[in-house]
Amino acid sequence: MTWTNLKLQLADAGYVASNELAMAIHIALQLERPILLEGDAGVGKTQVAKTLAEIRKTELIRLQCYEGLDAPAAIYEWNYQRQLLSIRASADSGVAADAIESRIFSREFLLERPLLRAIQQDMPPVLLIDEIDRADEEFEAFLLEVLSDFQITIPELGTIAATSKPIVVLTANGTRDLSDALRRRCIYTHVPYPDRATELAILNAKWPDLPTHLAGQIVGFVQSIRKEDLEKKPGIAETLDWAAALAGLGLNDLTDDPVALQASLVALLKTEADQAAIPTAVAQRLAGVAG
Amino acid sequence: MASVTRFPTRASTAERMGDFTRHLRHNGFRVGVQETEMGLHSLESIDLQDTQDVRMALKAICCADTHSFERFDDLFNAFWLNRSVMRTQHEKSDIRKPDPSSFTNLSKFMSQQDTGSTGDAETPGNDNDGEADSDGEGKLVATEVVNNNRTDMRQFLLPEDRALAERAAHRIAAAIRYRRSRRRKAARKGAMIDLRRIIRRSVGTGGEPMQLLRRRRPDRPVHLVSILDVSGSMTLYARVFLAFIRGLTDVDQRSDAFVFHTNLMCVSDALRDNDTLRAVNRLSMMAQGFGGGTRIGHCLQQFNQQYAHRILGRRSVVLILSDGYDTGNAELVSAEMARLRRKGCKIIWLNPLLGWKDYEPVAASMAAALPHLDRFAPCNTLESLAALEWELERL
Repeated sequence: MTWTNLKLQLADAGYVASNELAMAIHIALQLERPILLEGDAGVGKTQVAKTLAEIRKTELIRLQCYEGLDAPAAIYEWNYQRQLLSIRASADSGVAADAIESRIFSREFLLERPLLRAIQQDMPPVLLIDEIDRADEEFEAFLLEVLSDFQITIPELGTIAATSKPIVVLTANGTRDLSDALRRRCIYTHVPYPDRATELAILNAKWPDLPTHLAGQIVGFVQSIRKEDLEKKPGIAETLDWAAALAGLGLNDLTDDPVALQASLVALLKTEADQAAIPTAVAQRLAGVAG
Repeated sequence: MASVTRFPTRASTAERMGDFTRHLRHNGFRVGVQETEMGLHSLESIDLQDTQDVRMALKAICCADTHSFERFDDLFNAFWLNRSVMRTQHEKSDIRKPDPSSFTNLSKFMSQQDTGSTGDAETPGNDNDGEADSDGEGKLVATEVVNNNRTDMRQFLLPEDRALAERAAHRIAAAIRYRRSRRRKAARKGAMIDLRRIIRRSVGTGGEPMQLLRRRRPDRPVHLVSILDVSGSMTLYARVFLAFIRGLTDVDQRSDAFVFHTNLMCVSDALRDNDTLRAVNRLSMMAQGFGGGTRIGHCLQQFNQQYAHRILGRRSVVLILSDGYDTGNAELVSAEMARLRRKGCKIIWLNPLLGWKDYEPVAASMAAALPHLDRFAPCNTLESLAALEWELERL
C-alpha cells in the first residue's frame, strides 16, 4: 500500500487528510511506530484515530489522559470486591491459604484497563491516547515502557506480552512540552488548521446537501475569522456545527440576515471575549469578503 | 535552485542518510542513529524517485515538535536540493559559541562590594547559614529590624543585609520546596485506604481485613531555578540578590541558578561552594562584565535552548529577578517567555522597581513578559522578599 492509497481510503471514510498527514500515518504503519499528532484543538486529531479504526475494521481503544492518571486507571487493577468475596467463600471450605492466593491473583480477577486491553486483542486495535500533554511526567514514563516493548509486567502474574501490536495514535495540543524520550519514539506530525480547499472538501463530505454558494461562503468566513485576534480559534468541528446551524436557520446567503448571522455565531465563538470581538459590523464585513 | 545536490564523493544511501541526520543535528534537531535507521527503513515503503515523498517521510521521522516541523523543509532543500544553501546553513549553526568580548569585569564588581566592610565582609553570610537553619519559629523578618527592612535596598548595603537576604531566601526555598502530588502512594497514614495491599494481607486471616493500610498524596519536591539579571541597571541590587539566590541554591542540591546580562551563564556550582571567597573567585573567573547592557530575550533564548529541556519539568519554579530594562528585542522576550511557559513550569518575576511608587511595567520587554507570568512581585526591600513566602506557598 502506498501513502496515496491511504489518503484515498481516509477520504472514503470521510476524513480529508493533507499529504503530510497521510505520509506520516503511512510511515507509522509501515515502521510500526506510534504516531504523535500535535495541533490546536478542533483540527481533527482525534478523528484520525477513529477513521483509522474504521478503515482497518478494528476496535478503537481510547485512553483519555488527565493530571494524576495512574497505572490502576490506565493499565490494570485487581477486582478487590470479588477477591474479598472469594477469600470469604473459600475460607469456610478449608482451602489452603496459598491456593486461595494463587486463585484470587489469576486472570479471572484482573480488570483490564485500556493499555492492557490494547495489547491483548487478536486483531491489532487502534489505541488512541488522547491529550497526552494533560497527563503528568510519571505517566509518560510508564507509557514509554509499554510503547517500546509492548508488554506489561504484573507482579502477581508475570509479564504479559502483546498478542498483537496496536496502532498507537497520541494526540497533544501543546499545553505543555512532552519529553524528548517520548517524542523520539514517535512519528511526529503537526496538524494545522485546514486550508480553504481542504476545509471545503470536509464540509462537502459531511454536508453534501449544502448549497455550493453557501458552503463557499461559510469556509471563506471561517478562514478569515481565524485571522482575527481570537482567544479560541474555531476548529473544523465548529465549522461543521455552524454550517448545521445555518442550514437549520434556513439561510441561503450569509449577507441576507445580519441578525440571524450574528445569533448563529454562538456555534463558532466559544468565549465571551471572542463574541465581543466580532460585533455585527465585523461579521458583516467578513461575510461580504467571503461572498 | 531546486536541482538535486551533486555530492563531491560517492557514498552509499546509508552514509548519505547519516550525513543528513548530522546536518539536522548541526541545526539544532535532536536526531541520532535511531532516526537514520528509521529513515532508511521508511525509504523501502515509498517512491524514491519522488522528492516530495522522501521529504514528507523524513519529515515525519526527524521532526519532534512544531518548531522543527516548520524548519525542516528548508533544511531538507538545503541538503538534498542545493549545495550552496547547505553551506550557509552550516555557518549559521554555531550561533551558540559564547561571545568572548562580554563578561569583562566581575572581579571589579565583586571587590567593590566588599569595600564597606573591612576585609572580612564575607563571613557574616557564612555564619548566618547556620543561624537561619536553627531559627525555627515565626516568619522571616524579626520585628526590631522592620524599619531597616523598609529601606530600599539601593540605600542600604551592609553585610548584615546580605545575611538577611540569604535567610529570606532559605525561608522562601522552604516555602516552595514541596507541592502536593495528585497521584497516591502507599503510606502509614493517609486519607485513602490501599485496597490492593489490604486484600493481600487479608488472605492470611480468611478474608478478614484486620489491618487497614493506607495511601496518600505525597509531597513532591519543587525544583527551583533562579535567573538573576546582573546588568548595569541592576548593579545596586545585584549584590543582595546574589546573596539571595545563593541562599536559594545552597540549601538544595537540585536547584539551579543562572546570571545574565548580555549572555547567560550557569552559576549553581559556584554558588554552592561553602568557601565564600572561593565562590567569588570562581564567579569572577566564569563571568566578566558584570554591570554591562542587558539582552533579556537573547539570554532567555540561550536558557531555553541549552538548559530548559534538561532541567525543567512540571514541578519547576522559575524565578527571574530583573528590572526588565532591556537593550534587546521585546518580541524575542515575548516569544521566549511563551516557550518557557510551555515547559509547564511556574514563572515568577521579581522586579525591584515594582516596589517604587507609581511604577508601571511599561518597559517594552517587561510588558512583553507580563502575560506569561504566574506571579509578578516587587523585591526592592527585604520585607517584600519576605512577603513572598506567603505568596509562593499558594502557588
